[in-house]
Amino acid sequence: MAAFISHQGLVAPMDRANVDTDAIMPKQYLKCIFKTGYGGWAFDDWRYLDSGDVEIDVNSRRPNPDFELNQPAYQGASILLARENFGCGSSREHAVWGIRDMGFRVIIATSFADIFYNNCFNNGILAISLTAEQIERLFGLAELGLRLTVDLDQTVIVLPDGEYMRFNIEPKRREKMLQGLDNVATTLLQREVIRIFEGQHKATHPYYFLTLR
Amino acid sequence: MSGQTLYDKIWQTHLVSGDDESALIYIDRHIIHEVTSAQAFEGLKLAGRPVWRSDSVLATPDHQVPTTDREKGKAGFVDKLALLQVSTLDDNCDEHQIAYFKLQDHRQGIVHVVGPEQGASLPGMTIVCGDSHTSTHGAFATLAQGIGTSEVEHVLATQCLQQKKCKNMRIRVEGQLQFGVTAKDLILHIIALLGTAGGTGYAIEYAGSTIQSLSMEGRLTVCNMTIEAGARSGLIAYDQVTEDYLRGCPYAPKGELWQQAVKYWRSLVSDSDAKFDKELVIRAEDIQPQVSWGTKPDQVVPVTSTVPPLTAAKDAVQRSDWQRAMQYMALSEGEAMTALKLDQVFIGSCTNGRIEDIRAVAKVVKGKQVAPSIKRAMVVPGSGLVKQQAEAEGLDKIITAAGLEWRYAGCSMCNAMNPDSLASGERCASTSNRNFEGRQGQGGRTHLVSPAMAAAAAIAGHFVDIRQVELASLGGEL
Repeated sequence: MAAFISHQGLVAPMDRANVDTDAIMPKQYLKCIFKTGYGGWAFDDWRYLDSGDVEIDVNSRRPNPDFELNQPAYQGASILLARENFGCGSSREHAVWGIRDMGFRVIIATSFADIFYNNCFNNGILAISLTAEQIERLFGLAELGLRLTVDLDQTVIVLPDGEYMRFNIEPKRREKMLQGLDNVATTLLQREVIRIFEGQHKATHPYYFLTLR
Repeated sequence: MSGQTLYDKIWQTHLVSGDDESALIYIDRHIIHEVTSAQAFEGLKLAGRPVWRSDSVLATPDHQVPTTDREKGKAGFVDKLALLQVSTLDDNCDEHQIAYFKLQDHRQGIVHVVGPEQGASLPGMTIVCGDSHTSTHGAFATLAQGIGTSEVEHVLATQCLQQKKCKNMRIRVEGQLQFGVTAKDLILHIIALLGTAGGTGYAIEYAGSTIQSLSMEGRLTVCNMTIEAGARSGLIAYDQVTEDYLRGCPYAPKGELWQQAVKYWRSLVSDSDAKFDKELVIRAEDIQPQVSWGTKPDQVVPVTSTVPPLTAAKDAVQRSDWQRAMQYMALSEGEAMTALKLDQVFIGSCTNGRIEDIRAVAKVVKGKQVAPSIKRAMVVPGSGLVKQQAEAEGLDKIITAAGLEWRYAGCSMCNAMNPDSLASGERCASTSNRNFEGRQGQGGRTHLVSPAMAAAAAIAGHFVDIRQVELASLGGEL
């Protein structure tokens, strides 16, 4: 995974609470067995006036002019601004793949659903929670066109006027993201520790190790 | 060590390394299905990594399988992408020698129905699956959680999950549920109280006399919808009900191993001096039969009530959320729930696709007819074994005689990835778990209810208070 140190980009506001992963990536696109190419389908039901499917070319569809992310002012945005409980519902990682493939590298929201939050970091997307007041302030600014610098190294968001907002992130998440570490490879560095644990666990709880057939 | 919650105990037993902030947790059981596993296996292949412990994995296709024409096998698929995904699961299970209930195996079904009924979900285990409703298995005093596809790959490759420890919440429900009020109404009521993010960051333990008096099926329903309140895991302490259910299940330990297991399992309760970060007490008597009115699982009211007035919203954000929901659902504030005319009825899913649910439906519909205004009412058993059991009890005959369709096992119209779905604008009484926009079909309008309420709605053509409905006597509870 590519390292994430700092990112500068345009903010696209999505002024809705509780945006669920069914809305982010509708069911028909979960049939695919690939991991990229979901960008044209993110927010599908809201984004287009006609209904879509895997085999329909998104360029042939009619965009919904009222949908916030279709506004000309937000084209090319790479920072998504959202409200509380963003990404709730289904665990489908396709939702994060869609947002990533749309070009977003950062999501800033009041809060995130747990599984979605993990999925973001596993795909190189930085998910940042701020207070409701800070989010409100950013929504106000985003209407006028807002570019932010998100500095993961310093854990700050820098506003155009030089003011900054500090954000919290678990130190290990930050470290992994800064270095672009692969989670599986990192865990496998502890291969022997896992093996020893597994041996002891099996000795204490042999009934968890019955072979299924 | 005293002062531990049930969640603390299971966490500690599986802690491989690290601390509460960032730990490596060992995973005992990994359940997989066709939709969220293909990319994980592909990732392993690209990195040249083997599956760490394939005998910990159980697989079955469920999300996309057709619920008709099962005798045709894969020829019954109309969707070739869905077929490719199921075939990919076939190949991955073959290649890695994973226990697999294929499409035509009589044990095939929804992952969260199959795992429990096979005894593959055992007390004290850590269980993961690439599906948010994995919280279901917590009913057996397990730490069960839904994960994303990257995490599926991680568990396949390392048998571990990296995570931060959750906070502890306990919800105690005391007293007796009114007649006609089920485990589904109880969990909908809880979600309405907590809100869709009220459980975020917590593991929720359900306790109290009402929970203890629930059957295993009812407990599974409660834990299933924990994720709808934002918590990844819900748990219920081990007791005699758990033990009686598991004894004799195909994958449960036998003989001396069973004795050894039971001795340990009996310790799987929160200590009397356990500390919870948050506690909630609910009186069972206060709970009415529930119906969701909006597009989030916490937008729920008693069936005797109405769509709430916008003035009741707690702030501007919620008010605009409610307005959007009312517009999507074609409802106005103050509209009575019993006045809503329905187009379809769906009974099934990992929330309510178990034998007890099918029995409740049969009791309500026996000797009656589905209202002519209902375009389709279907009952989809949660697994092949639930289907067999229902047929052995003659429930399928009662159900089809009343004009409802009797299908093969799968997720079906809960997530509408197979041909079972709502047309735009159709209104549906559904026993599933999510009423999100488009969940059951683009433009479809979902109202979440219990199986008995859904069945009664199918007969009446609109919602009715189940407490006013005459029931056939087939034995058992509603």
